[in-house]
Amino acid sequence: MNNQTHVNRRLTWIWLALMAFTILTYAISKSEYSGTWIVVLLLVTVFIKGHWIIADFMELRHAGLLWRVLAHGWIILVSGGILAAYMMGLK
Amino acid sequence: MNSTVKQSEITTKYHLPGDLAIWVFIFAELLVFGIFFLSYAFSRAGNVELFNKYQQTLDTASGAINTLLLITSSYFVVRAVTAIKAGDAQRCVNWLAAAILGGGGFLVIKVMEFADKFSHGISLGTNTFYMFYLSMTFFHFMHVILGMIILAAVLIKARSGGYSAAEHTGVETGASYWHMVDLVWIVLFPLVYVIR
Repeated sequence: MNNQTHVNRRLTWIWLALMAFTILTYAISKSEYSGTWIVVLLLVTVFIKGHWIIADFMELRHAGLLWRVLAHGWIILVSGGILAAYMMGLK
Repeated sequence: MNSTVKQSEITTKYHLPGDLAIWVFIFAELLVFGIFFLSYAFSRAGNVELFNKYQQTLDTASGAINTLLLITSSYFVVRAVTAIKAGDAQRCVNWLAAAILGGGGFLVIKVMEFADKFSHGISLGTNTFYMFYLSMTFFHFMHVILGMIILAAVLIKARSGGYSAAEHTGVETGASYWHMVDLVWIVLFPLVYVIR
């Protein structure tokens, strides 16, 4: 198996996993489940999806540390902020 | 010899795809979207009942289908990049065309969603939830259009033999922007349509 086939196969698996996570998110939206742990679960899937898009689709896996820190930092800050705001709203 | 090998190792290890300028632009966009998302989240914290009530009027299935469309379109774009890296310009063009089609599908579904809301008399002034929903999704919608224009320009150049295995910075530049549009949506969808 040459390198390009290997890369394409990995990308296809990532695509399928991204689709599966999206369907999971939709299933959660249609379920009765809600609350902090569900929000944490949703945000964990956001982080995993974001990581794959950043590292493999955007190809920042091969970029310098600064770019990877900026991109992953963005997704962590945004997800963390969303969770903090959600918990503030619980009261 | 040894230093040449080390140099090529460094080049292989650290590679920023596309133009540096697009990355400055991408991070400026991410900053703006990040502020939008956190503004929504913290506004919701002060109006939980209102946000939960009106969130139920959104069509989650449309949002989910649009997520699948953007993810798939992003996958097609990354396949276009690997195709041109292998020197296959025709396959690159085909993948780009498929990606643009995916973006088109996203726009059609989003227009239907907007039309439904407008037909019910909903506007930016209806309430805080709709102000955020309409402005954030419309702002993103405009980025999908811009991304499609960029991909179309890359496609036209690729079709006329403008890119090769050795020189394909333009393809990577367009691809990076399109992935940013996808990245933003995978946060927007659960935030606005699902979290309650």
